[in-house]
Amino acid sequence: MFFSKKKFRLASMIACGILASALFTGCGEQSGGGGEKAAGDEIVVGANFELTGNHAQYGANANNGLKLAIKEVNDAGGIGGKKIKIVEADAKSEAAESVNAATKLISDDKVVALVGPAVTANVIAESQVATDSMVPIIAPAATNPDVTVENGKVKPYVFRSCFIDPQQSEVMAQFARKDLMANTAVLYLDSSSDYSKSLGKIFKEHFEADGGTVVMEEAFLAKDQDFKAALTKIQTANADVIFVPAYYEEVGKIVKQARELGINAAILGTDGWDDSKVTDIAGKDALNNTFFCTHYFEGDAEVQPFIKAYKAEYNNDPNVFAALGYDAGKMLVNAIEKGGNDSQKIRDNIEAITDLQVGTGKITMDAATHNPIKGIVVIETKNGVRELRTKIAPVSPEAEK
Amino acid sequence: MDFAHQLVQQLINGVSLGSIYALIALGYTMIYGIIKLINFAHGDVYMVGAYIGFAAVTIGHLPIFPALLISMALTAVLGMLVERIAYKPLRHAPRISLLITAIGVSFFLEYTSMYFVTPTPRTFPEVMPNISFNLGGFIINGQQLLILGITIVLMAILTYIVQKTKLGKAMRAASFDTETAQLMGVDSDRVISMTFCIGSALAAAAGVLVGVYYNTIDPLMGIMPGLKAFVAAVLGGIGILPGAVVGGIVLGVVEALVAGFLSSTFRDAAAFAILILVLLVKPSGLFGKNTNEKV
Repeated sequence: MFFSKKKFRLASMIACGILASALFTGCGEQSGGGGEKAAGDEIVVGANFELTGNHAQYGANANNGLKLAIKEVNDAGGIGGKKIKIVEADAKSEAAESVNAATKLISDDKVVALVGPAVTANVIAESQVATDSMVPIIAPAATNPDVTVENGKVKPYVFRSCFIDPQQSEVMAQFARKDLMANTAVLYLDSSSDYSKSLGKIFKEHFEADGGTVVMEEAFLAKDQDFKAALTKIQTANADVIFVPAYYEEVGKIVKQARELGINAAILGTDGWDDSKVTDIAGKDALNNTFFCTHYFEGDAEVQPFIKAYKAEYNNDPNVFAALGYDAGKMLVNAIEKGGNDSQKIRDNIEAITDLQVGTGKITMDAATHNPIKGIVVIETKNGVRELRTKIAPVSPEAEK
Repeated sequence: MDFAHQLVQQLINGVSLGSIYALIALGYTMIYGIIKLINFAHGDVYMVGAYIGFAAVTIGHLPIFPALLISMALTAVLGMLVERIAYKPLRHAPRISLLITAIGVSFFLEYTSMYFVTPTPRTFPEVMPNISFNLGGFIINGQQLLILGITIVLMAILTYIVQKTKLGKAMRAASFDTETAQLMGVDSDRVISMTFCIGSALAAAAGVLVGVYYNTIDPLMGIMPGLKAFVAAVLGGIGILPGAVVGGIVLGVVEALVAGFLSSTFRDAAAFAILILVLLVKPSGLFGKNTNEKV
């Protein structure tokens, strides 16, 4: 007999399981309401974030920030009597899936604008779809210059709510040379991340242009646990600073293991460091003599309303992805408020944003590059407490060139 | 720091990294030894073990050793369940079906966990003092010594179980020929179940110790260590317990030396090049003999 009763029962159990899991996924993708088509009294926007996969921790946080911004406006009565509805889709931490999710949101859910994904590669992948369908995207945390500009021309429908990598590297290279008086530097990069590699490259250009020398370049991979072999090698270079532009999970472990090996040099980083988990992972003492640049300083007065609202909503501290997701949400809300209920008007309004107060400060959209003009802060950690070291005023990305 | 000094420090780094691979590889190799299944879900069982330990420490406020035991016990049950639900129905199916099922179980564990515990990494509270010893300029970490010690003790206990006990005899018999063993009165199903139980408990021990040592756990933490442990098991001779430990430590040392003296970019490439080399040159591994008595 091909199907004994027992086997058949098992097969049907598995089939049920698969169906049930399909059902779960369905729920996840359509939370935020019945999942029906846009009713007349709702404005539908799409949230395309990495909710599963390697970048889920970034996507999920940015998504939380966005949801908070939208919830605030809905709780206050919506815009002109209309509520904003978020339809979520999962970019699954892959470029191809990001395109699928964007296509679904645009063609099935008829969203008027998209926010996300969090990671550069996934935004670049979806930007073609958005441009073809003429639906604006706001990328909260994609800091690579290529996100909004292609072959020297600005992508008309792609915007972001964060500064760009060259600015971060330039700030940190100058900081290393002028504030820390460093002559030599080691780059320790995540070779699985374009973010890390491009930051490293630009840091090297600026650091060497300012008269410093990069004496060694080493690499690791995201999700690595043990960094001691490369760190032992880095120790032999005896450099003044070590530049580690990477994300907090690896950064925490790198700093911890470096200090365990007796490396006392200053360790520098970028906005990927900005998460309170770094302190949990590395420990307070290890983080002394580390500096990173980021989008906002949590002690700044103008950031307090956002931090308070986020804590009330989610019962934990926001990280930088949550803050940028919130900023993207604020920009979108502002664009809709100024009379945008179709994609084209929203696009025009985003491009025209001037001196808008968002969660992390005031921003103005640069129409030539679609990068916001906003400040950068350099933060020093002392005994586990973050202190503002320097604040670099907003500069137009154009003016730098 | 001169060359000799760096070399010794890299050897220390390598042995301590390798002892973690060895700990995971023990469970891998044991399961392979009994049912010839490369249990790709082993790395994810390790992850679940780490989370159970984490829950015991943070929610249950237990010290580390009770947490370790609870995690090993619960994960052992999980391992038996996985075997009962996913692998047992395929006992007589082609090997490839089992392998594919194992990959399915792996994804199932990863993403079910991600659904429940969220993808954000968790950090272990400080449950064990982290002392670094400085021996004439060489840095040795206390927790690493502990992990190495536990690995060797577990290997010894396992070897004893397999070689000297009745259960071990049954395991070896089932490994040799499941059906004949059954005819001789060995309850093969129970033996296989026990194997998964022990293998998963080992994975849980590794998960908790690694979580404490590196201080973070996340739902995808099992993927890379699982693959590396697989390489370690193959290198030592898959199915052979001491082989798994030696394979793990050799792999750790090779990685440290490659990262330290060539380039850290080649580190993982070197690990997998070893896998390819072993399969080409000596598929039975360092400790492999051409006997069928593998456990």
